[in-house]
Amino acid sequence: MMDLSSINPILLVASIMVSATPILLAAIGEMVVEKSGVLNLGVEGMMITGAVVGFAVAVNSTSPALGFVAAALASALLALSFGLLTQFLLSNQVATGLGLTLVGLGLSSLIGKPYEGMKSPTLPKLDIPLLSDLPVVGRMLFSHDLMVYFSLALVVAVWAFLKHTRAGLILRAVGESHDSAHALGYKVVMIRLMAILFGGACAGLGGAYLSLVRVPQWTEGMTAGAGWIALAIVVFASWRPGRVAIGAYLFGGVTVLQLNLQAAGAAVPVALLSASPYLVTILVLVIISARGAHAAPASLGRPFHASS
Amino acid sequence: MIRLEKRPQPSQLWTYLTPVLAVLLTMLVGGVLFAFLGANPVEAIRTIFWDPLFNAQFAGFTRPQLLVKAGPLILIAIGLSIGFRAGIWNIGAEGQYIMGAICGAAAGLAFYPSESFLIFPIMIVAGALGGWAWAMIPAILKTKFGTNEILVSLMLVYVAETILGSVSTGLLRNPEGRGFPGSRNFKQWDAAHNSDLIANTGMHWGVVFAFIAVIGAYVLLTRHMLGFNIRLTGEAPRAARFSGVNPARIILICLGLSGALAGMAGLFEVTGPAGQVSIDFGSGYGFTAIIVAFLGRLNPIGILLAGLLMALTYIGGELAQLMLGLPGASIQLFQGMLLFFLLAMDVFTNFRLRIGKREVA
Repeated sequence: MMDLSSINPILLVASIMVSATPILLAAIGEMVVEKSGVLNLGVEGMMITGAVVGFAVAVNSTSPALGFVAAALASALLALSFGLLTQFLLSNQVATGLGLTLVGLGLSSLIGKPYEGMKSPTLPKLDIPLLSDLPVVGRMLFSHDLMVYFSLALVVAVWAFLKHTRAGLILRAVGESHDSAHALGYKVVMIRLMAILFGGACAGLGGAYLSLVRVPQWTEGMTAGAGWIALAIVVFASWRPGRVAIGAYLFGGVTVLQLNLQAAGAAVPVALLSASPYLVTILVLVIISARGAHAAPASLGRPFHASS
Repeated sequence: MIRLEKRPQPSQLWTYLTPVLAVLLTMLVGGVLFAFLGANPVEAIRTIFWDPLFNAQFAGFTRPQLLVKAGPLILIAIGLSIGFRAGIWNIGAEGQYIMGAICGAAAGLAFYPSESFLIFPIMIVAGALGGWAWAMIPAILKTKFGTNEILVSLMLVYVAETILGSVSTGLLRNPEGRGFPGSRNFKQWDAAHNSDLIANTGMHWGVVFAFIAVIGAYVLLTRHMLGFNIRLTGEAPRAARFSGVNPARIILICLGLSGALAGMAGLFEVTGPAGQVSIDFGSGYGFTAIIVAFLGRLNPIGILLAGLLMALTYIGGELAQLMLGLPGASIQLFQGMLLFFLLAMDVFTNFRLRIGKREVA
């Protein structure tokens, strides 16, 4: 018999925040990449590499902070290979992104083999004076680890960067019309390469959050499509930072809710519940595309070569 | 100063040369990787590429495996390549492969224990339909709403995997299996068993269909109007529309075809080498087939060769795991690297390398 009263709303909101954070980190990074006109479909591969590297470094150094740094660096390095291929060797972005995912999946299970079943040190929950002690809200919103707040701060920072700084304007110009940006003297390839590195680092942090906080363990293929959902969220968000956050929390919500319903023994087939995050992703994509509000950067996915 | 100059036409020579160079480069870098993992690189490369075919001790056992692994890879990759040619990115072949296996197996099991010769053909049709239907979801969503087919087809892989888990512990579970997950074993049911057509060659019906698909795709792409329209849609979408090609029709055909072929591959696998519907049936063929399609230059003959080569790395990888203790994941990485190097080398197909100062036009 289903017992919904076993679901504690305070814990529910708190766990939604935890479950949304990895997707949010990956999605906000990918959004910047796409804003610069590059489509990197390798988010899943970069995320899982970040997950395994972060886990391995955290276990060996007993410092989760070091794990996060290493994860960001490793995934940025992986992203660099994508950048070199697509920006200098002008390879097809869709195919290269898929290749990146396949490489990342192989690399991660190779690195991760000895770490299976181990426990890692995890991030401490912050105890914010006053705020954490508030009734209800304190435990719901203000008793998380640093990365939860970092991810939200990153959304604000990206928003401010794109909207209010000159560099952000240039990045958007490169994404909208690389030929015009090039004619104005901007280094299209370098700007895109930097965006790709940023996207890689963010995906790495997201992956490390999965293996160090959310789960916290290393298992092969543990991202289970989180990177692809992050890609879908960027489309859902119409390339706007605020909506990326909303999207990530929505999917975090669906994930947590279905797990809670499974635990509560809801009268819905388990398979349907497990598949629900993916089905909701499809549904949302359909709604967004049916509305026709695409707002995709005009040069998204198009290769740039200065001679042409 | 090195710079790239766009070729007016992609180079024919480099089109054929890049896959070979990519393989050599992957062997080289893979060798370094294996050395890092503590294996002798020369021995590792020999174990992967040479021993499965020519080692006196194993070849008798591993050679038939070549066709067993290459069959599904080629069948799926042929379907994918036709879509890729039209700029339609079905990357959810793994899901269509799983759904084909489930639908085909279910259609067969409905008639258990009949020994009619019609059972297997019915299962093939049901498998193809299952894969087709699963691919129609992204196809219809794309044509009706313009939804991105990459993301939808990929999300459906995860959905298919949960369905697989559900049916192998529920709907299709062997009623005589003492509660163990997994369906009846098709190897013990002659009417539905996809056995070797010639004993110990690995040549089962899936391999036959793979060869038929290669020929069919070749004819379609080089001799048929539809094939021309598919290529036109990929290379010049605007020109295609002006000449009256209906893009929605191309999307439905390309996704439907690749789904049906992937579904058939799944059915041949479940009734043959795998033997039953089980939770771990999905083996990643649908993803590796993407590499096969690119490595074969989206060309049917090329895919045939690439499929055989990729099958070799699977078998050689298993052998290297057994003989040299190399981790299984290193082969997955090896295959991924192959695609990466191929894409990198492709720059020479489309560009000319110029050394020296740029001339003022």
